[in-house]
Amino acid sequence: MTVSPISTLGLRTLELVGHLGRVAMFLGHVGRVALKRPFRLRRLVNEVFDIGVLSLAIVCLSGATVGAVLGLQGYTTLSRFGAAGSLGAVVGLSLVRELGPVLSALLVTGRAGSAMAAEIASMVTTGQIDGLRMMSIDPVDFVIAPKALAMLLVLPMLSALFVTFGFFGGYVVGVELLGLDGGTYLSSLEGSIDFRDDVAQSIVKSVVFAALVGIIATYRGFHAEPTSAGVSAATTSTVVIASLAVLLFDYVITALWSV
Amino acid sequence: MQPSPIRDFIVGLFVLAGLGALAYLSIQVGGLSYKGPGGLALVASFDEIGGLAARAPVAISGVKVGQVSRIELDPSLRARVTLDLDASIAVPVDSTASIRTSGLLGDQFIALEPGGEEELLKSGEEIAFTESALSIERLIGKFVNNAGLDTEEKK
Repeated sequence: MTVSPISTLGLRTLELVGHLGRVAMFLGHVGRVALKRPFRLRRLVNEVFDIGVLSLAIVCLSGATVGAVLGLQGYTTLSRFGAAGSLGAVVGLSLVRELGPVLSALLVTGRAGSAMAAEIASMVTTGQIDGLRMMSIDPVDFVIAPKALAMLLVLPMLSALFVTFGFFGGYVVGVELLGLDGGTYLSSLEGSIDFRDDVAQSIVKSVVFAALVGIIATYRGFHAEPTSAGVSAATTSTVVIASLAVLLFDYVITALWSV
Repeated sequence: MQPSPIRDFIVGLFVLAGLGALAYLSIQVGGLSYKGPGGLALVASFDEIGGLAARAPVAISGVKVGQVSRIELDPSLRARVTLDLDASIAVPVDSTASIRTSGLLGDQFIALEPGGEEELLKSGEEIAFTESALSIERLIGKFVNNAGLDTEEKK
């Protein structure tokens, strides 16, 4: 029997709806066990170490590099209009509003989200999750919730560190290399950034991205096929879906913020 | 995983650094501060506000003392600007509010020139004396027109 293209489309749609429903139920489950005793603080601290501390080097280094590039690009463009004095505003606004939350979320997706999905998926493959269930320990409570919660805590901090190091990178290029006045750079930076419009937007973005990356990575790992191909599929699709979701939601939040 | 004091310490340091960065962004860069109730809200009407926008600074003798909180059109079609000032600022009733530009092409702000009266403006009251924004385009237009007329008259 041949399947018509229309039936294929219908099947795909049903699959997508099923996935979304399962993600929502999974999210509810994670939220429920995260708020319930015991809080599993020890596991949470270990996850914060794995996701946060070990991502610190790449996030800070990327932040400084991005800030330096912004400083260089901004200076060449602005000095053409004789407005090199507003370099701080250019570097600051682009880092706080967009680049900080988005790039740190993408970096953490690649650095920690993929590892998270691979770890959970291989636990599924080797039967460790089933083992926990046999001991009547809820694997979502014991394995998933600490990881998702750690992501939610860590990403906003990493994003803020990214932005701070970006300011520093822009300062090094603009002030030390290109000879702009340090006070001009900093006052233009601090003067152009507002708490409600810029900093709050940045924090809300990184919290939303953290929830997205955390739930996508754990969901894909937890529902992986119990084969070695399943582990690699879970890892790959975590990075792809989480990155796309971050970029999509970035647009949506930016658009909604100014309404 | 074994409990490890060094790991806990590093995680603690990381959290401190992260919260420090968030606080730096919010307070130093974002300018978040708790003003509390009792700020001085004054109103001023202008014929022309030029490029003045909400959140533009309000300054006395060049020192920032507050910001523009709202701009709207009043029933007589003049621009009605609400200024949010620090509660500690005392503004005499005969003060003047004028819209100035910082630098030749810079952002516009409101300069308050305090008058000499003993009586002070209370919150919600209107600043009577205002000076509208100077439009550089209009000035240049006038200058060019005048120059053109002058040369014709000389002929």
